[in-house]
Formats: sequence, C-alpha cells, structure tokens
Amino acid sequence: MRRIGGSLAIAYAIVLYGFIFLPVIVLVLFSFQGTLFPVPPFNGPSLRWYQAAFGDARLTAALGNSLMVAAASSGLAVVLGFMAAFGFARYRVRGAGVLRGVLAAPLSVSYLIIGMGLLILFNGLGVPKSLLAVTIGHVVINLPLCFAILYSQMGEHQVNIERAARDLGARDWQVLLYITAPMLWPALFAGFFLSMTFSWDEFVIAFLLTRFDTTLPVEIWNLLRSGLSPKTNAIGSVVFGVSVVLAVLLEAVVLRRRTQS
Amino acid sequence: MDAEIRLRRISGERLKPWMFVGPPLLWTAAFFILPFAAMGVVSLWTRTSAGGTPSFSLANYAQFFANPSYFQAMVNSLEVTAMVTVLSILLAYPLAWVIAEKVPERWQRLALMLAVLPFWTSYVVRSYSWLLVLAERGVVNNALLSLGVLSEPVQLANTRFATVLGFVHFFVMLLTLTIFASLKQLPASYRRAAADLGASGLQIFVHIILPLTFPGIVVGAFLTFVLAMGDYITPQILGGNNELLMPQLIMMQIGRRGDFPLASALSLLLMAVVTVAYLSSARWLKIERS
Repeated sequence: MRRIGGSLAIAYAIVLYGFIFLPVIVLVLFSFQGTLFPVPPFNGPSLRWYQAAFGDARLTAALGNSLMVAAASSGLAVVLGFMAAFGFARYRVRGAGVLRGVLAAPLSVSYLIIGMGLLILFNGLGVPKSLLAVTIGHVVINLPLCFAILYSQMGEHQVNIERAARDLGARDWQVLLYITAPMLWPALFAGFFLSMTFSWDEFVIAFLLTRFDTTLPVEIWNLLRSGLSPKTNAIGSVVFGVSVVLAVLLEAVVLRRRTQS
Repeated sequence: MDAEIRLRRISGERLKPWMFVGPPLLWTAAFFILPFAAMGVVSLWTRTSAGGTPSFSLANYAQFFANPSYFQAMVNSLEVTAMVTVLSILLAYPLAWVIAEKVPERWQRLALMLAVLPFWTSYVVRSYSWLLVLAERGVVNNALLSLGVLSEPVQLANTRFATVLGFVHFFVMLLTLTIFASLKQLPASYRRAAADLGASGLQIFVHIILPLTFPGIVVGAFLTFVLAMGDYITPQILGGNNELLMPQLIMMQIGRRGDFPLASALSLLLMAVVTVAYLSSARWLKIERS
C-alpha cells in the first residue's frame, strides 16, 4: 500500500513536470525547425531561423532596447530602494508605517493599471511615448520589490559597525558607500537581478508607453500577428534563455547567502 | 548665536532621514499616486474625438453597468479567474507535497527550481508556446490524430479552455512555491504527535496539515487572483476575441477607439474588485507575514 502510494506520487510529479515543461520544449525544439512552420513533423535541426531572427534589424534593436531599459530601471530601482530602506531602518521617521505602505502599494496593483495611469498622465502632460517612459514605469513596479528585499536585510548588527566607522571619522556618505552597501551586497544583487528579470519580461507597460522604438516582448507581440513562425520560436527561445540565466544568477546568490549565514 | 547653531543642527538632524526616504517617496508619488489621481479625474470626463473633455459625470461608470457586453467581461474575468485559482491549487498542492515529502532533502532545491523554471519567461513567450502546442496542426492535435483518437483536428486555441490552460500552467508554478514553503514550515513533531494519538493518514492531513498550510494557500490564491484578473496577454493570445475578459475590454478602448475616459473608469472598476479580494484575504495574508 505504501509503495503503491509512493509510485503514484512519483507518477503524478512526472506528469506535472511534463505539463510544466511541454510548452518550453515545443518552443525550443521548433526553433530548430528546418521548414516554414513550427508544427510537427520536425525537420532539423537547423539554425536558419536564428539567423533570420538575428538578421532582423527590428528584433536586434528591440533586444538592445530591452537590455538597456532593464539595466537602467533596475539600477535606479535598487538605488531608490536602498535609500528608502536605509532611511526607514536607521532613522525615526514620522508616519513611517503609512509611508512604508505607500512605497509597497504598487505591488498589489496590476501592471495594466499602472501602465494605464502613466499613459493618461503622460498624455495629459504632453510627454511623448518613449523608452524613457517605459523605464520610469519599470522603476515603479520594481522599487517596492527592492525596498522590501533591502529593508528585510537591514539588521541591528550592522548599526554598530556603521557607528564605529563614524567614530573613526567617516562622513555619512562614506559610511553608506564603504560600510553599509558592501555589507548588503547580496541583497543589492538580488534586488537588481530580480528587477532585471521583471523588466526584461514585462509587456503591457512597454506596449502602452512606446510607439516605434520598443522592447523585445512588444516586438515579439508584433511578430505574432503574422501567425506562427519558427522565427518567433527562435527569438522566444533567446528571451527564455536570458530569463533563465538571470534566474540562475539570482538563485546562486540567494543560495550562497543562506549557506553563509 | 549659540542657540541658533544648535537650532540649525537640530533641524539638520531632523531633515536627514528625508534625504534618504524623500526621493523614493517622491518617485512613488509622482509616478504611481499622481497617475492614479489622473485616472480618477479622467474617468469622469466625456469622450470626444480629441480624446476627452473635462466634465464631472459618472456616465462612464453607468455605461459599464448598462452595457451587457461590458458587464459580461467582468463576469467572464471572475469566472476564468475562479476556475484558474481552484484548478491551480488542486494541481499544485500534491506536487508541492511530493517535493517536500518524497524527494530527498538535498535534491529538493533543484526539484523546486526545475518546477518553476518556465515561470521566469515572459507572458508573451509562454502564451505563444501554448499556442504552438494547441494549434490546429500543433503537437496535441498531431499526437491525437496519429494515435487514432481523433479523425480530424479539434479547435483548442481561441477558446476559454486555452486561456484557462495557459493561466493554470503559470499559477501551478507559483502556487507550488508558496505551498511548498508553508509545508516546510510544519514541524514533523506535529504529525508524529497526531499519529501517536491514533490519527490515520487522512485524518492527519485533514485536521493538521491542511489547516496549518492554509495561509500559504491563501497567499498563493491571492497572488493568482490579482495577476490573472489583470493579465491582458494570456486571454488575448490564447482566448482570442471570441469572449472578452476585462483587460481585453480595457485595452480595446484605448487601442481602437482612443476612449481614455472609459478605459480609466473600467480600470478603476477592475481595481476595485481586486481590492475587495485583497481585503477579504487580508486576515490570512497578515498571519503569513508574522
């Protein structure tokens, strides 16, 4: 009886893993398709659709845009999140509870609504649609994450070291830059790469706030209108690969921090 | 003179925290709260060819309740989201349990990481991948045809089934994470104590494990609800335009018609529904945090 239960459990897990990986396997497999359609039978492997994807100037430009927006918005989100976390952890701030709630609020609002709000605001102010507008939007969604991660890592044990540095004559910015930031680097790193993955994959804000120059998810969306093509598989596999690399980097850092402490 | 310096120093000290918390708060105010206010104002405007003229009218909100197809979009959204939440919990719970109980400790991290790997790719790519699987000549139809189960392909894409499937795929991964976390927090001694007192395996599950992992389920269900209600891509790519969900209806207002006032009103209504869900699950969300 126990053994039947055990093998049933394993069988269930295998079926579910199959379900989880099915679309990814199909995506990647048919990116190596030799013929025109990404459906069975599989004729390959061939790299022609990767060549087609990387030969497409719009796609490569969008890829560059996506990386730029992700890096810029994540960097800014980490800096702002760090400032907020430091301020709330080290000083008494009036109404701190409410203000922390305000900073965390974008977490519980869907991206569609955040994007709509920015579109209407920018439209009213006459700010044109641009990659800068998307970057601003991505900072809005990632700032609460970075703040939450960094705030949870600001412990009391760091306060004494900061105080010691101050006693030895360090100025405020020196303490921040040479003492606090290095002690928190795993959290800074985690915040940055988590933000990178969210920005890299984000569609709806980018769709609403750009027009011609746009990010990769939006460009892939444009490709979809012309139907199924192995070229979309190829660029989709690249997007997936980059996301996985970011996730693995993140995991490696988090794992390392856990085993250290 | 002396007092003045002291005063200046005190006010300097007082201002210092704001040097740190000020900029991030200003950012949130300018690019999150202000847009919200703008949306609230514009939702009261009247639509014109130029986009909208200022007015103070609840007509856009009234339209939502008066127009059956608009109201139906909210109903569709709620139905799909409810179905997705329930199915995802039912599928994810056993998987989380197998990983927590049957997989050796040292492999659990890897098993969990594998179970959520496709989680990291964007909605667009994930939905497109399902479209490939479900297409008329796609993998599923192909397999069923060659097995002789079907004599001609069935339509799987552009249906509510496809939307639900695409969502469930994503949320099974998310819920496996949250449920696994709450299963791991259970001390093994609870189970042993119940077994010593004569409880059967089923009784232990129903009376001990399930209630204690309930907060984890609620957190996952809440995330599922918020993310599924607000997602435009999955229903648009997989469900098509046969039946509209709320995000599709909202995007349609700005895309085709340039109707910002109505889009704002619909967005705020969607947000109100999500807020109600948040408030009703807040009790358990708080338990989880402490």
